Amino acid sequence: MSGGIWVLIEHRRGEIREISYEMLGKGRQLAEKLAEPLVAVILASDSKPYVDKVKGYASQIMVVEDKQLEHYNAVSYQLVLSNLIEERSPRVMFLGHTSYGIDLAPRLSAALKLPLISDCIEVEVREGRIEAVRRMYADKVNARVSFRGRENGLITIRPGSFPAEVEAGGGGEVILVPSVLTAEVKARKLLEFVEAAVGEVDITRADILVSVGRGIGDVENIPLAEALAEVLGATVSCSRPIVDKKWLPKERQVGTSGKTVKPKVYLALGISGAFQHVAGMKNSGTIIAINKDPKAPIFNIAHYGIVDDVLKILPILTEKARTLKL
Amino acid sequence: MDIIVCVKRVPEVAEADIIIEESKKGIRTEDLVFDINEWDNYAVEEAVRIKENYGGKITVVTLGTEESQDTLRRCLAMGADEAIHLNDPIFLSGDPYATARALHAALKDKTFDLLFTGVQASDDGYGQVGPILAELFNFPHATMVTKVILAENRKVKVHRELEGGMEEVVLLDLPAVLTIQTGINEPRYVSIMGIRKAKSKEIRLLGSKEIGLSAEEVGVSGSLIEVKELFLPPVGKAAEILKGGLEEVALKALEIIKEKGGR
Repeated sequence: MSGGIWVLIEHRRGEIREISYEMLGKGRQLAEKLAEPLVAVILASDSKPYVDKVKGYASQIMVVEDKQLEHYNAVSYQLVLSNLIEERSPRVMFLGHTSYGIDLAPRLSAALKLPLISDCIEVEVREGRIEAVRRMYADKVNARVSFRGRENGLITIRPGSFPAEVEAGGGGEVILVPSVLTAEVKARKLLEFVEAAVGEVDITRADILVSVGRGIGDVENIPLAEALAEVLGATVSCSRPIVDKKWLPKERQVGTSGKTVKPKVYLALGISGAFQHVAGMKNSGTIIAINKDPKAPIFNIAHYGIVDDVLKILPILTEKARTLKL
Repeated sequence: MDIIVCVKRVPEVAEADIIIEESKKGIRTEDLVFDINEWDNYAVEEAVRIKENYGGKITVVTLGTEESQDTLRRCLAMGADEAIHLNDPIFLSGDPYATARALHAALKDKTFDLLFTGVQASDDGYGQVGPILAELFNFPHATMVTKVILAENRKVKVHRELEGGMEEVVLLDLPAVLTIQTGINEPRYVSIMGIRKAKSKEIRLLGSKEIGLSAEEVGVSGSLIEVKELFLPPVGKAAEILKGGLEEVALKALEIIKEKGGR
């Protein structure tokens, strides 16, 4: 068997990650256009629960079972996948642009001298060739990128770029491939998982979030947002840079590496709208964004926008809300 | 602990107007302000903290135009000891593989315990150079690192950021390659005076000849992927922009909050 559109199924502690279904959806489209089989690739110690779940989504399920594949590990995954790819040369393999794919794909690419287009938001076929679209420069520019002078390669997919596949009746012939892991992997060992810290405030329960980003400028301006939140009976949340600078605790962070929120109203103050942030708040009921940069990506997903300096408008919002007794 | 940190000078684009060049291969940079890539700044700080606690030497490396030396000087002012600049114009415009290959060729004879890069660069955002370097050196690696703890028996324990606030802890043999995540520390302030002082430190310049790679192996020719064209993202369903004076838009916004938020 050679060729095929491969999707590496991502799982953590027994659960298949959502990105897997998003990749299967895009993978199916690509497979149909290129008349290639869609192959779900599962590396696990006990693959059955995963195979049962993705069976209906792909025409083939390629499985490698090994005790050392229970959890993601860069070393064991690379050894197993290198072998699979060299023996069966897929047309393309999708991996998530996630904490696993980011860790695995570049090294796999270098080991196999196989091109890797990372963090893609679209994959297309143009004149019979695979091309991908990815974002650059703080999501302000798109780039169309191809494998240079060859047909095969790896692509990592940005989470949330495609809708998750609903079962499409793929057939799901299971191909069991023996593991090539002979010795114990020692160079890198997974010791433990650490759960997200539980804080005093649960931002996922708030009806209104007053969320601050880099545009707030200084830690001394955080009380301006807190004052508004207090008048509105809202909760203060934030984007990653605010936590990186230790201006607010991690429990307040909205986004991929923080929390996913769905308040009735999300007020984004000086937040540019990086995809990692948007992924955590795009399903909010109403999004109001305030940013002085009219081209900030946040305005693409906000329902209402104010193009102005957050620091100018914040005190006025608080004062007016107080007078109106909101 | 001898540490190598790979750094990159990048344009700040968060609040800038971006104009794509006519060639569609790059953006116009004349009017943009450049600085050290944010992730790399955290990586340099992490290296300096380890040096302060355990001793050792820090070498910073960059591949880029003449102006990249400003970034190296900044790192020297932060506490790096040596700087290497891969300054050959034929190195430019390479993909992450070509870039990592040049960096590897320049560093392959050095001994070190840790090699740091940022998780990604804020300009092209590939996030590939670190793990590719690990493969070329054949050292273990970990990406998205939020904590570095030196362990016994020449090992390092690191926390990796996973999704949803979760982390995993992995143990790596040294030497190891780590890509450093923002927020891992609080990078120190660098004064103009400090950067001026660092001017006396020598920056080692390396071209393709010195590192032993041919023109075919670096830059665009050495790349595995090809950027066909840049274009501005199509505008999605844009927000309804509230217009008027500050008070007027504030009142409009509050009206919406009241209606939609049930206040």
